[in-house]
Amino acid sequence: MSTVSSAVLSSLALSTQGLDKRFGSLVVASDINLAIPHGVRYALIGPNGAGKTTLINLITGMLRPDAGRIVLGDTDITTFKPDARVKRGLVRTFQINQLFPHLNALEAVTLAVCERRGVAGEWWKPLPAYGEAVDEAYAILKSLALATDCYRLTRELAYGQQRLLEIALALATRPKVLLLDEPAAGVPRGEGAELFSAIAGLSKDITVLFIEHDMDIVFRFASRIIVMVGGRILVEGTPQEIAADARVREVYLGGDAP
Amino acid sequence: MAVSSSAAFDPNLYLQAQTRWQPIEYAFWAATLLPFLLFPHHLVLASQIAITALFALSLDLILGYAGIVSLGHAAFFGLGAYTAGIMSKYGWGDPFVGLLVGPAVAGLAGYATSFIISRFRHLPLIMITMGLGFLLLEAANSAEWLTGGSDGLQGVRIGPLFGRLRFDLWGYTSYAYSLCVLFLVFLVTRRLINSPFGLALRGIRENPVRMPAIGAPSRSHIRTIYTISAIVAGIAGTVLAQTTSTVSLGVLDFQRSAEVVIILVLGGAGRLYGGLVGAIIFMVARDQFSGIAPQYWYFWIGALLVSVVMLLPNGILGGLARLTSSWRDKAS
Amino acid sequence: MSEVLLALKALRAGYGEAVVLDDISLDVPERGSLAVLGRNGVGKSTLLLSIMGYTEVSRGQVLWRGQDVTRLEPHRRARRGIGWVAQEREIFPSLTVEENLTVASRPGRWDLQAVYGLFPRLAERRANMGNQLSGGEQQMLAIARTLMTNPALLLLDEPLEGLAPIIVDELLGVLGNVIRKEGMAAIVVEQKARKILGFTDRAIILDRGRIVFAGDSAVLANDPERLEAHLGVAEQKTPAALPH
Repeated sequence: MSTVSSAVLSSLALSTQGLDKRFGSLVVASDINLAIPHGVRYALIGPNGAGKTTLINLITGMLRPDAGRIVLGDTDITTFKPDARVKRGLVRTFQINQLFPHLNALEAVTLAVCERRGVAGEWWKPLPAYGEAVDEAYAILKSLALATDCYRLTRELAYGQQRLLEIALALATRPKVLLLDEPAAGVPRGEGAELFSAIAGLSKDITVLFIEHDMDIVFRFASRIIVMVGGRILVEGTPQEIAADARVREVYLGGDAP
Repeated sequence: MAVSSSAAFDPNLYLQAQTRWQPIEYAFWAATLLPFLLFPHHLVLASQIAITALFALSLDLILGYAGIVSLGHAAFFGLGAYTAGIMSKYGWGDPFVGLLVGPAVAGLAGYATSFIISRFRHLPLIMITMGLGFLLLEAANSAEWLTGGSDGLQGVRIGPLFGRLRFDLWGYTSYAYSLCVLFLVFLVTRRLINSPFGLALRGIRENPVRMPAIGAPSRSHIRTIYTISAIVAGIAGTVLAQTTSTVSLGVLDFQRSAEVVIILVLGGAGRLYGGLVGAIIFMVARDQFSGIAPQYWYFWIGALLVSVVMLLPNGILGGLARLTSSWRDKAS
Repeated sequence: MSEVLLALKALRAGYGEAVVLDDISLDVPERGSLAVLGRNGVGKSTLLLSIMGYTEVSRGQVLWRGQDVTRLEPHRRARRGIGWVAQEREIFPSLTVEENLTVASRPGRWDLQAVYGLFPRLAERRANMGNQLSGGEQQMLAIARTLMTNPALLLLDEPLEGLAPIIVDELLGVLGNVIRKEGMAAIVVEQKARKILGFTDRAIILDRGRIVFAGDSAVLANDPERLEAHLGVAEQKTPAALPH
């Protein structure tokens, strides 16, 4: 793949070049090249085992690639630790909730805000002294309809609310690029209204890449779809292009001509 | 804590209420003065309890709040004790000087080992803490010229408090000193727990995977709390050396490390008062049982531990918390 | 009239508090076969796991031969005749092929001879260790091992996944044999829709945990548009209650 010029790179919110990752003989990512411009909503789809979550783990630094580069804005973050990437605005949510069961929603989001503000290491002043951070956390919770239950322990919240808290934690870090891993997973169709409006309500300043299986969400929110199969990017294009693509059809429907 | 209406809910006021001193806390600390009145012949025991409580408090910081299981925490306790004892041998016997240097040495050791500790979790972490504990125990055993080896430190000469109050066998000075140190350290610890850092520690305990995903430098946080915990353990060890004028290898051994874990689990980890309550119960029970039937002490403590872990997984304080919240639910 | 082996009634199930399946009702009679289709993440595997008892059921029932087994442990369901072949195959690597086959076998029509007859490759490799087999051979072993328990109902979770075309054809032949000729009742979950519609009676399509189509496999096989709409990458024609 040709290397992208640096002028083009910096106009992209996130890009990867030639990402490779294998576990022994199992190739989970092969020559992944992404070029995601600012403010877009892209969907990442593909069959199970295609490597979608692995790609997210590579981009966020939870996995180290065998080869390739990851560039956030104009910074090469390939060697950055996960928390350093978050500090630069690259944030993800988890398909299976990764929350703090015995913290309440207010504490959890306040923690995320404090970490962002760099004050989480301060142990000599009590939490109420950080009123601005607390107010900011409360405002985020309010925007996701979690304010009334914010004093309840996370483990006591309804599942749909926990899914929203997953997003709240991500928003508290003021992301520039947000990677959503199946945001609506585990929430039945009829009960996802708040979740959908949360996703719809994400600021246009945030670039969003989401993994999803639900075609409703994909077609509703994504301006472009990337299809991954077997660790490789099969094709990318507008939703209409992808829907009409013969290779995608083969992958999804399995095979020979009728 | 119920919220009447979202319009009236102020998150800042709510958090302030959470960190306010509860009446039962005042009662607890008032009760710690009772031994002077009710048990004047047991002040030495009371002093031992206060020291153990302080040691358990230090463990709570890493185990109860950051989720770091250590079976080698006596290392820092022992470093504090030996430092204070050795210093006193060479003329630096003033308690306050010891209280400065002993914990500093323990803290330095804690800081150094925190770089290893922060890289591991679960079983490897337990093994490493145990291993470091054994290393230090053996080093102390071998360095007879410094520590007196298995005979214990000889020639410990602790000076009087404020130049006038001696640590004698009656225990008044000992208990007053230990209690004051415990209380002051507790105040600092309480403040820490209620700070953003305290919140970060709980975050690490609750979900270490999520912490880097919200931009938290977990390893740095762990190093900090481990160092603070080592300092507090060092303070406890220092006070022990000063109030008893003896330091032996027992301050460093595995049994001491294991016992403090038991005490904390008994009382309830992650609740700040758990170590204090656990220490009181454990030490009083041991004192009573040693009088009645010393050979069955371990049977009873084993039985107690199994029952607590099975029935009250969050220790005694955890059980009490559940009880009061279910009463409150029934009342409302 | 043949007995209904398995019936699901308005089942709502998932993992922990996450709800993956909602309002699932179906039945499988003796000698009946059902294809379960749908995109990834719609809950196909969860359906089989729920039948086996590995998920949290919040509503509805699982009935086996008319009896409510919703709260019955998985191993007891296996003993009553449900044979599950997991997507991950889960071959015992430290046992030989033959040991894998005999370790949980129960008496019945399917014995070693019968199974080796179905899968000659396994006969050739009977002394190989479980982890010395190719992907296709592992899949064959997984199916054969479950057959050796002589179940009344076979649950197959994506049996054709990740296999080379030649092996796929071979396996399809075997499955057609077992399900059509021998009359083994089966529920087959597959991505490769067209392939399994060939040897199943009925088919359902799942979307986001609900059944959006239920009918004859033959009818569905001749309806490429519907297949496309539900299984392919396509905008949903049904108006969904989404905010704009």
